[in-house]
Amino acid sequence: MADTTTGTASGAESAPGMPQLDFSTFPNQIFWLFVTLVVLYLILSRVALPRIATVLAERQGAIQRDLDKAEEMKRAAVNAENVYNQALAEARAHAGDIVNEAKSEIQKDLDKAIVKADSEIASKAAESEKAIGEIRNSAIKSIQEVANSTAADIVKAMMPGTSDAKTIKAAVAARMKG
Amino acid sequence: MAKEEAGNGFNIHPMDQFEIKSLFGDGPIHWYSFTNATLWMGLAILAVILLLVVGTRKRAIIPTRTQSIAEMAYGFVYKMIEDVAGKEGLKFFPYIFTLFIFVLVSNFLGLLPMSFTTTSHIAVTACLAMGVFLTVTIYGFYKNGMKFLGLFWVSSAPLALRPILAIIELISYFVRPVSHSIRLAGNVMAGHAVIKVFAGFAGALGIWAALPIISITAVYGLEVLVAGIQAYVFTILTCVYLNDALHPSH
Repeated sequence: MADTTTGTASGAESAPGMPQLDFSTFPNQIFWLFVTLVVLYLILSRVALPRIATVLAERQGAIQRDLDKAEEMKRAAVNAENVYNQALAEARAHAGDIVNEAKSEIQKDLDKAIVKADSEIASKAAESEKAIGEIRNSAIKSIQEVANSTAADIVKAMMPGTSDAKTIKAAVAARMKG
Repeated sequence: MAKEEAGNGFNIHPMDQFEIKSLFGDGPIHWYSFTNATLWMGLAILAVILLLVVGTRKRAIIPTRTQSIAEMAYGFVYKMIEDVAGKEGLKFFPYIFTLFIFVLVSNFLGLLPMSFTTTSHIAVTACLAMGVFLTVTIYGFYKNGMKFLGLFWVSSAPLALRPILAIIELISYFVRPVSHSIRLAGNVMAGHAVIKVFAGFAGALGIWAALPIISITAVYGLEVLVAGIQAYVFTILTCVYLNDALHPSH
């Protein structure tokens, strides 16, 4: 096959036939096509395609990673908000407790003070009553003495010689009770 | 490569561009000769290396433009195999990607002026298609054993029709590599030949050359489309055939 003439290469009077059907060139084309395809296959399957596959996978991974990170950050933000709200609620509750505690303490102090004041007032009232009683007793005694002496004087003036102090005293006491 | 002719009259040789020539020496073309086909296949390898190896060397998380194209090509073929042939088809991903990128890059390189289009040759596309055909057939039998023949036995059809359908299926199965290869080579060759014909007109028409030049521009745009679409069609048909090997039951 290799001996046949070249596909009538020279210019003007070239055969009207199709060079595609010049079988003498077939072995050459097929051989070089085979070489080309083998070389291409090796380049593609060993270098180019794995590399592109890696790049695509990496890109997919990077996108996924970024999405995951965003999701995580969002979750963290929500968590932080929750923690903040919880802290706020706790603080509120704590403040309420403090207010209640302060209130009850004040109440306790107040109660104590009232009790103390009451007892003081009571003791003072008792003291005063005692003092009033004393004063009254002494007043009554004085009145009795005055009445006795006055009665004795009257009796002495009305009927002299019958001065019986004891009888006069009993009579005065009986009168004063009546 | 023979675009140098811009002679007088309708001296049009639209097929000259497809000629295979030895680049060193004038001797006969041996199987090992360094021809224009060799050169443009080598340039295809170079372009693939630039796009898929050099373009992705930084392994950037945020891709550069070249890396983006490489990733799009990867994702495009990967998804195509997954959609058409299923997860099991991904075993053949490097193989199918090699076919896709070779056809795509060759088609686009062929659109450069003065270039040679390797995929316009039936020898090349037939080899690619036969490779797919043999891979699919051998793998089909390897994976499914004799059940692979169920591909030709349409169990959903009435029993009486099944033998006839089996013959039709069998013929269509063996026609696959032919249509697979001629579709690609034919599309690419036709477009290039049309451009060359218009170019021949342009050389002869003087002031009226504007008309064929506008046509060339339009056809060139169409050819860019065809270059991409034919690479896509070749690849998706490969996936469809592979799907038959993986799931032969109708």
